[in-house]
Amino acid sequence: MFNKKHLALLVSAGSITLAGASTAQADTFEDTVNRGAVQCGVSDGLPGFSAPDDDGNWQGLDVDVCRAVAAAVLGDAEAVNYISLNAVERFTALQSGEVDVLSRNTTWTTTRDTTLGLNFTGVNFYDGQGFMVARDLGISSADELDGASICIQSGTTTELNLADYFRANGMDFNPIVFDTSEQTVGGYQAGRCDVLTSDTSQLAALRIQLDDPEASMILTDVISKEPLGPVVRQGDDVWFNIVKWSLFAMLNAEEYGVTSENAEEMLESENPDIARLLGQDGNYGEGMGLEADWAYNIISQVGNYAESFERNVGMDSPLEIERGANALWTDGGFQYAPPIR
Amino acid sequence: MSVRPNVRPAGHKPPFWRDRAKRALIFQLILVAVVAAFMIYIINNTQANLSARGITTGFGFLSNTAGFGIGQTLIEYTSRSSYGRTFVIGLLNTLLVGGLGVVAASIIGFIVGIARLSPNWLIAKLANAYIETFRNIPLLLQIFFWYFAVLRTLPSARDSLAFGEIIFLNVRGLFLPEPLFESGFGLIPVTLIAAIVASIALIIWNRRRHEATGKRLPAGWIALAMIVGLPMLVLVVTGVPITWEVPVLTGFNFRGGVTIIPEFLALWLALSIYTASFIAEIVRSGIQAIPHGQTEAAQALSLPRKLVLKLVVIPQAMRVIIPPLTSQYLNLIKNSSLATAIGYPDLVSVFAGTTLNQTGQAIEVIAMTMAVYLIISLLVSMFMNWFNARVALVER
Repeated sequence: MFNKKHLALLVSAGSITLAGASTAQADTFEDTVNRGAVQCGVSDGLPGFSAPDDDGNWQGLDVDVCRAVAAAVLGDAEAVNYISLNAVERFTALQSGEVDVLSRNTTWTTTRDTTLGLNFTGVNFYDGQGFMVARDLGISSADELDGASICIQSGTTTELNLADYFRANGMDFNPIVFDTSEQTVGGYQAGRCDVLTSDTSQLAALRIQLDDPEASMILTDVISKEPLGPVVRQGDDVWFNIVKWSLFAMLNAEEYGVTSENAEEMLESENPDIARLLGQDGNYGEGMGLEADWAYNIISQVGNYAESFERNVGMDSPLEIERGANALWTDGGFQYAPPIR
Repeated sequence: MSVRPNVRPAGHKPPFWRDRAKRALIFQLILVAVVAAFMIYIINNTQANLSARGITTGFGFLSNTAGFGIGQTLIEYTSRSSYGRTFVIGLLNTLLVGGLGVVAASIIGFIVGIARLSPNWLIAKLANAYIETFRNIPLLLQIFFWYFAVLRTLPSARDSLAFGEIIFLNVRGLFLPEPLFESGFGLIPVTLIAAIVASIALIIWNRRRHEATGKRLPAGWIALAMIVGLPMLVLVVTGVPITWEVPVLTGFNFRGGVTIIPEFLALWLALSIYTASFIAEIVRSGIQAIPHGQTEAAQALSLPRKLVLKLVVIPQAMRVIIPPLTSQYLNLIKNSSLATAIGYPDLVSVFAGTTLNQTGQAIEVIAMTMAVYLIISLLVSMFMNWFNARVALVER
């Protein structure tokens, strides 16, 4: 019996089989304008990154990327259709055209960028893989994990990093691979494994979902680099540019101090960088087929990167993740957007 | 006897479109050609689409290094093994749970099915309750029940339930001692095979002798004694060349010995119990399909009750039982793909899950996975059809 996941995968794979060969150079921008909404692939519920809130509205850092694209293209950040995808079906859904942007805490790797017919447009969160263990095990470092049973979610780079790390350190482990993050947490809570491993940001999100978050701790060791970012199909450069620059606009806005609250006042700003960003000095969206106010729409409706970060995963959220590597380059982090000019 | 007049003059053949046999042949050829053309179109179109989208295709990925770990491997596997190896690992895990599931489901199913017809009220009602409970709850829920509900009640590794300090049961699974064979052990399997061959020969000889003379030996008991006794005798004579590696608690977990992981236990139990409830009904219907007159006629010949069942009822019931039983076996094997929900590393979880996602070769991986289930199912059907033809009552 194939479950729902595999049915979805089959349908997606089937649509590649049956689609006319001419759709390869599809015009995603035009399709989006005609549809009046951006088709956005998000996770199956990861608090802080993409999860529905109490009212059923999708919220999160990854969701904000889709909202930014919708604001830039359609002038309305709410014009997004969210499609929830698990780790295994996400790339097929993008390849087959079911979604136009995949913004789903996806790690940028060579294989994914070069062999799947996909392009990563940038990095909206710099992450790394970590471990969560029960406090009463008395473990303080990852190199004490020899022989541990480890719960992982299927279809992630995490599985590879874990095997590499244990092999490099000459240690044994016993992987238990689950389908969704919910089942992974279930296995961890049932005591099936000593350790739950994932990206540290996800661990923070999963930990607050536990029955007793205080009984578990996240080890400080980080064993991999996980640059997470939005993904689009290869071969549609206009759409690639739109998604790429939507994120850059949010980063530039933070750098120049433009927020959703002061965006309207900033329209009058004398600062040439801000004038170019907000479309008061030339139209830098023209090359992408956008109106001059594309970045203004993003900032006024979604906010700049700092606002999005603090609201979803930062200190204003239950996750309480520090900016760290995700601070702007001017503050000692890695986030650096090319200038708009 | 009237002879139909031959309207066709001899030597004059009708045109081929008037000949029904030739017409049928032409239609079949056209159908085959259309199906083949459609397949070729699909394959070409898929390849054109994939290359236009810059997606790598082909089966070359199977020889690349997999780089991830798998929880239960029946053959040697490390994270440096190839993706092709992960396919074999997943396939073996599927076959293991499918094969043992078929055996357990058959045993439970036959017992419950016969119990349901028992004249004892309590046994019949218990069997009935079993069937109505387990066949009416969705299988996925039963798997979750055995996995999460039963697993949570087991103790942690440090407070394991110990049976004689050699077998341990905890939330991480069942830990058994592993036999390590020393030199000289090779004689024992040889003896066992010899005993089995001798037993088969004895049973055939006994049957012939019985048909010829009416005399018979208790061949079953003699065969059992040979199969169990001879290897034991050799074992004692050669001085028991086996040592047992007992699992020992070190650090997080038990090391050494054989581990049966709880994912396997949960899946195996759920599949066996669920499918057994259907098999029980099939067995009951098969037995009840035999008219009572058959039993009475056999009893009138003063056959004992055991022989009435063995010689009259069961052979006739089997031809009713086997076809639907085959379907249940196929269902069980296909249902084992629900393993992915509880993290048992079966073919769908390992190959169509992790491998698919690491390589992104969705079409190739899904096609291989579907082909595997198709081939397993066809082989099981073929075997069951052969078995049916072999055991079904030969009507004279």
